[in-house]
Amino acid sequence: MTDIHEYLAEFDDIPGTRVYTAARARQGYHLNQFAMSLMKEENRKRFHADEKAYLDEWPITDEQKQAVLDRDYNRLLDLGGNIYFLSKVFSSDGLSFVQAVSTMTGMSVEDYQAMMMAGGRPAPGNRSIKDKN
Amino acid sequence: MARITHGIACSHIPVLGYAFDHGKDGEDYFKPAFEGFDWTRQFMEEEKPDVIVLVYNDHASAFDMKIIPTFAIGTGEIYQPADEGFGARPVPPVEGHADLAWHIAQSLILDEFDMTIINEMEVDHGLTVPLSMMYGHVEKWPVKVIPLAVNVVTYPPPSGNRCWLLGEAIARAVESFPEDLKVQVWGTGGMSHQLQGPRAGLINKEWDNMFLDKLIGDTQDLRHIPHIEYLRETGSEGIEMVMWLIMRGALGKSTKALHRHYHVPVSNTALGHLVLEPVDGSVPPSPTLEGNNAAAQALIA
Repeated sequence: MTDIHEYLAEFDDIPGTRVYTAARARQGYHLNQFAMSLMKEENRKRFHADEKAYLDEWPITDEQKQAVLDRDYNRLLDLGGNIYFLSKVFSSDGLSFVQAVSTMTGMSVEDYQAMMMAGGRPAPGNRSIKDKN
Repeated sequence: MARITHGIACSHIPVLGYAFDHGKDGEDYFKPAFEGFDWTRQFMEEEKPDVIVLVYNDHASAFDMKIIPTFAIGTGEIYQPADEGFGARPVPPVEGHADLAWHIAQSLILDEFDMTIINEMEVDHGLTVPLSMMYGHVEKWPVKVIPLAVNVVTYPPPSGNRCWLLGEAIARAVESFPEDLKVQVWGTGGMSHQLQGPRAGLINKEWDNMFLDKLIGDTQDLRHIPHIEYLRETGSEGIEMVMWLIMRGALGKSTKALHRHYHVPVSNTALGHLVLEPVDGSVPPSPTLEGNNAAAQALIA
């Protein structure tokens, strides 16, 4: 049987990646449920009319609220957000996956798209922090 | 008797649905992605399967964080396309096959797969994009669909081996359904992609093609790939490929490829598509007590 502690520890060795573990799912529960509420048109309207007021209706931390207001997606991942839920936030802003995802990479949208057209980010060098491969 | 005639693997990238719905599939960017499905649309017209067991994952549409079923089977009569935050896709409702679905659900539970049973839900791009790719623009889907949703979002998802075993159990369930039906099993999602963090945009053509190679023939290597390998080699969302192993497990001992297509990029993702036919479709007998119990099996027949 797999040792759950070893299983989870390996995830932290992947560069530039936050695996959506149970710990993150707990931390981000209400944050993700807030994002989920934007599936409904009337909620999207209320959110965009007054973002702060809408966020205050949810039992989420000030840090999480600020990260939503800043659209800081890496920060949101660190605070327990999951990308499929966060996609409801950027979709409601009219952003595509490519546009939103590129903001997490430190690249401009144009550079990110050019990288994808050229075959994407290579796996070699991006597999492991400790093995540097 | 019902029988599994083919397996199809296909990425379910949402932008393919967008391009399809907005008539952009002929544009330079999308054309090479869509052209790889021309063969399959022709094949489906000739083949005319009755039912598809469609393995996919929900992307925060029907399920939110309140309930996270590892394996869920749809036993309903009809499923509406979900509004994923920008309006529902303009595609027909998806008709279920409740009799076969309930038969499979019962068989799987006796086979010790503790399924979640869903009578009502909406279905998102994970399920409707593959249907559009395989059938094109239609007034009504010419097939019935049994949705089989897998959790590949919250860790841990099921192991590849567990998925393969579930596929074998689905094959046993289909074979014991008395009606004469042509059933396909589809595995969707993948291939390599990462939608989050500074490593986003990861693509691994070499690994993806190894995976495609090993779905063909009689090798069982793929069932032993651990989650960490999917994560490192194929990006954080590449784990969706475990769903392809449910399809592969259902096809039995050996397969041959009728059609293969691979294209990079579609949005952030490597597109993979494979049409498989069983060569030796036999699967191991049920290892479980109730699976071998004639009285229990008679109850669900």
